[in-house]
Amino acid sequence: MEVAAGGGCGAGPPLLLSESEQQCYSELFARCAGAASGSPGPGPPEATRVAPGTATAAAGPVADLFRASQLPPETLHQITELCGAKRVGYFGPTQFYVALKLIAAAQSGLPVRTESIKCELPLPRFVMSKSDAEIRFGNPAELHGKKVQIPYLTTEKNSLKRMDDEDKQQETPSPTMSPLASPPSSPPHYQRVSLSHGYSKLRSGTEQMQPASYETRQPIGQPEGSSSEGPGSKPLRRQASLIRSFSVERELQDNSINYPDEPWRITEEQREYYVNQFRSLQPDPNSFISGSVAKNFFTKSKLSIPELSYIWELSDADCDGALTLPEFCAAFHLIVARKNGYPLPEGLPPTLQPEYLQAAFPKSKWECAIFDSYSESMPANQQPCDLNRMETSVKDMADFPVPTQDATTGDDKQALKSTVTEPLPKDLSEDTATSKDYNSLKARPRSRSYSSTSIEETMKRGEDPPTPPPRPQKTHSRASSLDLNKVFQPSVPATNSGLLPPPPALPPRPCQTQSEPVTEADLHPQLNRAPSQAAESSPAKKDAPHAQPPSKPIRRKFRTENQTTESQEPAAAVGGAASAAVVKPHPTVQKQSSKQKKAIQTAIRKNKEANAVLARLNSELQQQLKEVHQERIALENQLEQLRPVTVL
Amino acid sequence: MAVCIAVIAKENYPLYIRSTPTEDELKFHYMVHTSLDVVDEKISAMGKALVDQRELYLGLLYPTEDYKVYGYVTNSKVKFVMVVDSSNTALRDNEICSMFRKLHNSYTDVMCNPFYNPGDRIQSRAFDNMVTSMMIQVC
Repeated sequence: MEVAAGGGCGAGPPLLLSESEQQCYSELFARCAGAASGSPGPGPPEATRVAPGTATAAAGPVADLFRASQLPPETLHQITELCGAKRVGYFGPTQFYVALKLIAAAQSGLPVRTESIKCELPLPRFVMSKSDAEIRFGNPAELHGKKVQIPYLTTEKNSLKRMDDEDKQQETPSPTMSPLASPPSSPPHYQRVSLSHGYSKLRSGTEQMQPASYETRQPIGQPEGSSSEGPGSKPLRRQASLIRSFSVERELQDNSINYPDEPWRITEEQREYYVNQFRSLQPDPNSFISGSVAKNFFTKSKLSIPELSYIWELSDADCDGALTLPEFCAAFHLIVARKNGYPLPEGLPPTLQPEYLQAAFPKSKWECAIFDSYSESMPANQQPCDLNRMETSVKDMADFPVPTQDATTGDDKQALKSTVTEPLPKDLSEDTATSKDYNSLKARPRSRSYSSTSIEETMKRGEDPPTPPPRPQKTHSRASSLDLNKVFQPSVPATNSGLLPPPPALPPRPCQTQSEPVTEADLHPQLNRAPSQAAESSPAKKDAPHAQPPSKPIRRKFRTENQTTESQEPAAAVGGAASAAVVKPHPTVQKQSSKQKKAIQTAIRKNKEANAVLARLNSELQQQLKEVHQERIALENQLEQLRPVTVL
Repeated sequence: MAVCIAVIAKENYPLYIRSTPTEDELKFHYMVHTSLDVVDEKISAMGKALVDQRELYLGLLYPTEDYKVYGYVTNSKVKFVMVVDSSNTALRDNEICSMFRKLHNSYTDVMCNPFYNPGDRIQSRAFDNMVTSMMIQVC
């Protein structure tokens, strides 16, 4: 075997490779070497005849290959050292084969030692993310050459590639199979910890390119026929076809989309997950997570503090100590990547920049109309449509939005598009229209955005006279999810229903909100004034007090709880079950209950934020106060010291 | 052209100190240490005025044969000390002042990181980069 004769790495006894291993390794080596040289290179059959010692595999493709083996980086370092590449400084064939054998050993669970390579091992498994493959091996410029296609024909680092090509030939007559190919191949690709998810979108969009590439590849597939080992799973064949389609589409795609840093691209699934996590910490996607909340959350990821600190540094672009949604997604993605072994980048990758993140993902993935677009400013004539959309979106909010507004917004698209100056995706233009209200509140890079106010204002406008800003509650400024649980427990729906402002049903009662917790005596007159709630006499008793602070839902929330408890005692006749049963008094009220709920939630968020800011301010002022005190003490001391001098 | 930049905490221990590696670093550490006395003196001299009225930029603390030492203190008594090569006569006071301002901004960015506990050593890469740029640029 070439290895024994290869340039001496002197790492130990000569490698004994089995037939299949020989083929696999030599092919892999050829790929690494061929891709590294950047030239078309010989066809696969000739690759096996690469003269040992004359070709070296460049570190880049080799590193990718090793990463594809999904071993931890420390193991890979060990392997690199053991195989001698570090010593000689390059990956000659000997080093490369030894390394591959060690990888196989490591994947089988054996320790990384030179002795491990002596035994029979299965082939090393490489899960290539398509991104790496096409970066290293994709060569769109050579797309039309025939032989030239081999370098990225063989982007599949797995030797199953050969079998793929054979299948390819069978598939070429039916290029329509390719669209079918993409969905099934998605799952195996996701082995790569879903960091290459992003391509699922792109894949489906570029099926048309495949027929063209197939024909050119057909003749090449032939010489590749030879033994193939391993399970030869179908998905991997598809993988190959998709990789090809990828390389085809690559040159056709807009450069702005095709960033080379694929691990840093956030996929749709990941995006949703991040957004949901964000929502669990902070229901308003337009607002931000404070530093302490984010710190607690990210600390759960069990990364070390310096790493978390560095990730924060990368992702908090405006350095304001808080994370907006795109910043949060970037941070989360970096954490995910780090946990999966990717080293942290030196700078924030372009695909994780907040502007990119906001532009790249369509509105459908974000909560309905609540989309923060910092850079957009829409003309005022959009307002009517915005309101409509917001109303619908607000309703949808309660059902946890999947975008259904495309229908309503479709007609608006035309008008919007003409006014959009930036070439953002269509959905984004809708977003900007809907969110243009927020833009006036929108952040300059370093300012805080309390844009949730817009929707609340709209909602409240439509309901009752505007309520005064909610005062900080008795609750602590914890993660809002906790408070939500407390607030919206089973007993509280009773309160919530009472908090509903049914404007059509009841006359507005702003005066009520100013009163102190209502006494029993007040309850009864109020009861009489709650016609709509009087389903039954006793539930009505409960309802009326609930209906009492409808126009002041937020502030009185806890007061109403008190009221509820108070009223519960006197209204002992009404069992606890009645209160639960009373939860849904009227169908008209229900929809508004969810609206109100959201309003309350957002108001609570605002409270928390205000709390946090004030607490921070407070601590700073305390600090200053302390310093001033110390100065004063120092001065007094000086005075004391000076005094005896003067006296004397 | 700053040959040494140091960030000293309120309690007079270093949070960050960095000097150009070509020189003997110990010398710079010593200079920074001795300059702290001068800083304290300057602060207390202005102590009559209220804290906000005090200037953040302290100016030249003291000159030595080869070097000049400049100081800057924040409102929370965190001190920045910069040692500059005397041969660089072209360097103006306001340039030094602007350098300190940049330092201060980077420092606040570090502070904003919730994972940073005040009093820890500063290990932020962004801060490092900024300091590096300051130490190289003016040459």
